[in-house]
Amino acid sequence: MSSADGPVPGRIGVPKTYKLYLGGEFPRSESGRSYPVADSRGGFLANAAQASRKDARDAVVAARKAFGPWSQASAYHRGQVLFRVAEVMEGRREQFVTEVAAAEGVAVKRATALTDAAIDRWVWYAGWTDKIATVLGAANPVAGPYFCFTVPEPTGVVAVLAPQSSSLLGLVSVLAPVITVGNAAVVVASQNRPLPAVTLSEVLATSDVAGGVVNVLTGRTAELAPWLAAHGDVNALDLCGAPAAIQADLERTAAGTVKRVRSAPATEPDWTRPPDISRLRGFVEAKTVWHPVGT
Amino acid sequence: MDWTDAAAPESRETARLSASYRMFVDGQFVEGGGEPIKTRNPASEEVLAEVATASPSDVDIAVRAARRCYDKVWSRTAGAERAKYLFRIARLIQQRDRELAVLESLDNGKPIRESRDIDVPMAAAHFFHHAGWADKLGYAGFGPDPKPLGVVGAVIPWTFPLLMAAWKIAPALACGNTVVLKPAETTPLTALVLAEICQQAQLPPGVVNILPGDGDAGAELVAHQGLDMVAFTGSTEVGKQIQRTLAGTGRRLTLGLGGKAANIVFDDAPVDQAVEGIVDGIFFNQGHVCWAGSRLLVQEPIADELLGRLRARTSTLRVGDPLDRNTDVGAINSRKQLERITELADAGDAEGAQRWTSPCPLPDRGYFFAPTMFSDVSPAMRIAREEILGPVLSVLSFRTPDEAVAKANNTPYGLSAGIWTENGSRALWAAQRLRAGMVWANTINRFDPAAPFGGYQESGFGREGGRAGLAAYLATADDGGGLR
Repeated sequence: MSSADGPVPGRIGVPKTYKLYLGGEFPRSESGRSYPVADSRGGFLANAAQASRKDARDAVVAARKAFGPWSQASAYHRGQVLFRVAEVMEGRREQFVTEVAAAEGVAVKRATALTDAAIDRWVWYAGWTDKIATVLGAANPVAGPYFCFTVPEPTGVVAVLAPQSSSLLGLVSVLAPVITVGNAAVVVASQNRPLPAVTLSEVLATSDVAGGVVNVLTGRTAELAPWLAAHGDVNALDLCGAPAAIQADLERTAAGTVKRVRSAPATEPDWTRPPDISRLRGFVEAKTVWHPVGT
Repeated sequence: MDWTDAAAPESRETARLSASYRMFVDGQFVEGGGEPIKTRNPASEEVLAEVATASPSDVDIAVRAARRCYDKVWSRTAGAERAKYLFRIARLIQQRDRELAVLESLDNGKPIRESRDIDVPMAAAHFFHHAGWADKLGYAGFGPDPKPLGVVGAVIPWTFPLLMAAWKIAPALACGNTVVLKPAETTPLTALVLAEICQQAQLPPGVVNILPGDGDAGAELVAHQGLDMVAFTGSTEVGKQIQRTLAGTGRRLTLGLGGKAANIVFDDAPVDQAVEGIVDGIFFNQGHVCWAGSRLLVQEPIADELLGRLRARTSTLRVGDPLDRNTDVGAINSRKQLERITELADAGDAEGAQRWTSPCPLPDRGYFFAPTMFSDVSPAMRIAREEILGPVLSVLSFRTPDEAVAKANNTPYGLSAGIWTENGSRALWAAQRLRAGMVWANTINRFDPAAPFGGYQESGFGREGGRAGLAAYLATADDGGGLR
């Protein structure tokens, strides 16, 4: 997207209005609020929607509605959908490079490497959908005439506080594993670098990811996070991008509904390092099924 | 002619009961700084023994002992050697199995048939199973050389005292951790015999420490900053408090909490088996079972017939002396629990459900509650929503499989569920859709050291048993965000 770069000689550009992504649609915040987003040098890039408590609750409702069909879709199907995300991102590669460079203040070469790594991360996770159950699951050799097996199942609705620094690769690195295993996600994008997340929403909307499977909120992380941590229909919380000052409070709040909480790292990880399966493992539940064996 | 069976009690001499029991810290039995507790036989209300309890400074001493042992001894003990200690413990439990079973039934009130056939053998099996893991952790899927966490603080309930101790201690030790364990206030005895078994196994001092005490001692333990992990099994209410206590500390936590399991009987179920399963699901261990099938969901066409058969079968259950081998339902564990059960059952009456009580005779002394069923239960009633942890079944009906699943899942819990149907496709369909950690199809109450056990949602997190159960006790690699 080069429209924000200024007028092309002879033509006035058409800058995009950045909105929320809720239930497959792109509304503005119900609060009517927006906030200016600046590049790394303080220059104006765009206004982003400033999501409210009501937007967060709407996002949870949309995620819960989408969770059923998404979690029950075949793993093969989910894999193809996630691969499609990579395909569609590839087509918008230059737009992402431009936005990442502007958001993170990195050179185009670095922004290109980060964008490529983000696309490749979708490919990596797309391949996991139909394998994770064989890696984490088991046929249990129990002492009795029973067929007993354990399968990983998605935890449910996962609220993800996206990393604050890495606007695209970090975001994909925390979001992709959550939906790979069949969860639905409510993501709070990087507060000061939200634009690549909104553009990623547009990719998701056109990649066969059903509406509601991923919901993206832009705004103040510290304002939105407590509502998500307290919400009775959120099953798990990834605190990756939580401001340090409220991390412990969010964990305490999450205890009210026994949420699974992934604590924030001491410092934001180097997302270019190859991922492991801990983020897949972290947002599944082991279900053990028993049936008698006999004639 | 009198056809009633003669009483067939186990001798209480077998339990080798002492007048007093002490805490086990750093390999020694020691006095505690807390107020001693008198543990009672719930079947007779008589005092069984006086038990030393831990004061806050005792908790600190025990955690320090566990840390010292971890640093100097246990973390340097090879997996193959740890394994042999655990195998020894398994064997010693088996050798003293009848003693442990009788002691458990005396202290807890559960029928000797259950303590003898389930609690004690399963405790031994947990040690035996996890012993084998100790030198094979590199194959468990957590990287080639997974590391222990350090010191584990464990707090366990009174429902399965010895078995829950085994569930915590066996995997913790196999993975290379040391443990400070607090048994429940009303059932401390078998854990202290287990301590003696650790001594007999020559387990290095400090690897296992047992601190009897009440809820305050438990709160002291789980908040101790010297711990690396807390493993708790108990009520959802206390689990939430512990999760709050550990918020922001980065310490690992597993929670095994309450449940309100649905037991779903479809109209094509094998009815005789289903009746046995329903009875086992709710009356096993007096219903003192977090995974108890306490909500019976019956498909409408067979509801009346099933309920009739269920009442007839339940009427045959013998309630009484836990040490009698003919007893089906033993004593409620404590006066407090009896009051809780009574209060919830009364709420069932008040909210308009129809109570049926087994006509069985009850002993004159002790804490007993006759098997009870409520019909005409609506999902909003307290007896359909709250964990009773007693021999009280709530019966609801449904018309379609979708409705059954929706009703079953309509709970903040998610520990277990039962399915009864001769249709294999339907059983697997329901198993997929039920949001619960254990799903039993055409069976009930099955658990095994090789099979992961644990809940969804507010029934807790983390698993016990199987490969998944090891994850809780190992420092697993990730990108820096410590995973609880």
